[in-house]
Amino acid sequence: MSTANDVLTVAGHAFRSRLIVGTGKYRSYQVMVEALERSGTEWVTVAVRRVNLNRDEESLLNYIDPSRYKLLPNTAGCYTVEEAIRTAHLAREALGTPFIKLEVIGDEKTLFPDNQATIEAAARLVKEGFIVMPYVTDDLIVAKKLVDVGVAAVMPLAAPIGSGLGIQNYANLRILREQITDVPLIVDAGVGTASDAVIAMELGYDGVLMNTAIAQAENPPLMAEAMRHAIEAGRKAYLAGRIPKKLYATASSPLEGVIGRGMSR
Amino acid sequence: MSSMRVIINGEPREVPDRVNVEELIEYLGLRGERIAVERNREIVRRADWTTTLIEEGDELEIVHFVGGG
Repeated sequence: MSTANDVLTVAGHAFRSRLIVGTGKYRSYQVMVEALERSGTEWVTVAVRRVNLNRDEESLLNYIDPSRYKLLPNTAGCYTVEEAIRTAHLAREALGTPFIKLEVIGDEKTLFPDNQATIEAAARLVKEGFIVMPYVTDDLIVAKKLVDVGVAAVMPLAAPIGSGLGIQNYANLRILREQITDVPLIVDAGVGTASDAVIAMELGYDGVLMNTAIAQAENPPLMAEAMRHAIEAGRKAYLAGRIPKKLYATASSPLEGVIGRGMSR
Repeated sequence: MSSMRVIINGEPREVPDRVNVEELIEYLGLRGERIAVERNREIVRRADWTTTLIEEGDELEIVHFVGGG
């Protein structure tokens, strides 16, 4: 079975890579460019911020090749529905894309999403023609409400943003995967190393979004490459259909024909 | 050259009198950048930059894109 046609589709847009990569926290633009390249990603997130008028700064977008990477603007830093909606509109105006990664944060320390505000903002943005991909917790009820208001994907966190803790909510993510089949599910936040991404994909998730795990690794381009393989390995393992787990052994080698067996000595 | 006072990105600034958004962006050295402009809490679409005049006391937000997850 060829997996060449196994693509991530969000709102009708197809991506061969199931890895979405953030552009923040790299030590330099050069490192970021190499990491994105080695990750094999086709979709990168960007944040919306005021231009610094007091200093001449290099523009991030000069380093992101638009022919290779699609941009997914986020509403990072927004703590209210109004801020998120305002930011989404600014992003759409500047980039001309209706895609928005919706974040409405509820708490500074954990950066956990305000689920209620996220649902409200998502509903309004969908009505205004946005393709909304919300960052949320692994709450099934919240996910269902988001699907009902018309989001294009649901993106539950595995652990706090930038924490590197990996999948802290395996059971809840599994429940979500079984119960939400209308839209793609993308694990977003908390990934620390390659095995975390593998597990997410083995769970049957449609993709993984990560930033810190790559950007702050000692060798970001190498970690990006590891993540590329992790996403692919996890996906193939999922599609291949794993063996069930058993408590006791089942021999792999045949039981008959072993030397020294047979009549009594 | 006469000027007027506006607030840009939370800071008061003197800008040339009677400029439109396009001219302001040029004045600020931002031509060619991927940015969006809000004037008094309303987005000014790029198509309207040359026809939208900046007025004394306007509150403007000019945003661009930075790294983020």
